[in-house]
Amino acid sequence: MTRPAISRKWPRWARRGLLENIATAIIAIGFLMLFQPFALALYTYSFITMLAGTVMFIIVSKFPE
Amino acid sequence: MLNRTAENVARATPEPLARKVRGISDKGLAWLFISPTILLLLAINIFPLFWAIYLSFTNFRANRPNEVVKNLGLANYQRILGDQDIWIAMQTTAHFVFWTILLQTLIGFTLAWLIDRKFRGHAFWTTIILVPMMLSPAVVGNFWRFLYEPQIGLFSYAVSFVTRIPPTDIQMLSNVSLAPWSIIIVDTWMWTPYVMLICLAGLRSIPEYIYEAAEVDRASNWRQFWSITLPMALPFIMLAVLFRGIENFKMFDMVTLLTGGGPGSTTEVASITLKRQAFESWRTGYSSAFAIILFVAVFGLANIYVKALNKVKQR
Repeated sequence: MTRPAISRKWPRWARRGLLENIATAIIAIGFLMLFQPFALALYTYSFITMLAGTVMFIIVSKFPE
Repeated sequence: MLNRTAENVARATPEPLARKVRGISDKGLAWLFISPTILLLLAINIFPLFWAIYLSFTNFRANRPNEVVKNLGLANYQRILGDQDIWIAMQTTAHFVFWTILLQTLIGFTLAWLIDRKFRGHAFWTTIILVPMMLSPAVVGNFWRFLYEPQIGLFSYAVSFVTRIPPTDIQMLSNVSLAPWSIIIVDTWMWTPYVMLICLAGLRSIPEYIYEAAEVDRASNWRQFWSITLPMALPFIMLAVLFRGIENFKMFDMVTLLTGGGPGSTTEVASITLKRQAFESWRTGYSSAFAIILFVAVFGLANIYVKALNKVKQR
């Protein structure tokens, strides 16, 4: 079975599965930073981490598999 | 007969309108039909969201609508993300969400598993278990306030009966360490049936022949549970956790009715802080920024869960 042309041309590192996992990990880290009770600095940077992860997730979920 | 009715309806359409409709493609007609819903969605959901994003960059106060609105840039976000009190409110929310979800999932799944084995009167017990979920949160809040009363409350007497502590010493709503648990207990009592219902749907969807095959292979009950029941009900459990997680982040009514955020600020969850900032201090811009932060947190969480759910479904 031949793969679609777009999927063949698309770089391997920019495939959806890997990048979605990275985005999910960034969201999870941001989420933990927002609710952790240990350091105010982590809480301060939690929102930007979560936002970056969420935006990345929205973008990479449109990438080919 | 049907054709004649359709012809009559077509003839009854006013000629100018009929001419217009005749010129529209199928796609155009589909858009025409869904446009009222889309417009409603835009007006009720999408516009307020973008308006809140705009307000989050300003110093707007809803109680001073004629005052000049200044653009503050990211100042509201910086203030919130450096505020110790809001950080503590976030921790309170996390504590509350973690324990309610854990207890509701454990008890809900266990109840579903028990109800799923067909015993005499299981339909009756299912209905009884579902009752708390059907009550209004206002009723549940007031009802539990009475139950928690140290002088007359049944809960205090029941705990006193088991622990031998005098009921007047069991101050569930005014004790700093017990107040968060009083809300967790009520939320668990009210929403466990909901989790149970979703888990029950998951358990009922498992085909019987899989268990029969496992019986033939002499798999023990424990093995059947870990290899068949739990993996096949997992998407449903995750769905229940997602729904309850999102719902509990926004938890407001029960906390307001039971403790009002007190004693002190021990039960002040993020939504209570948000309400105080928005409608008591009237810092609309500031509270909009806070709402956007919570929105991003819930949206990110929903993304993770939907991804996990798809993965589990593909297995």
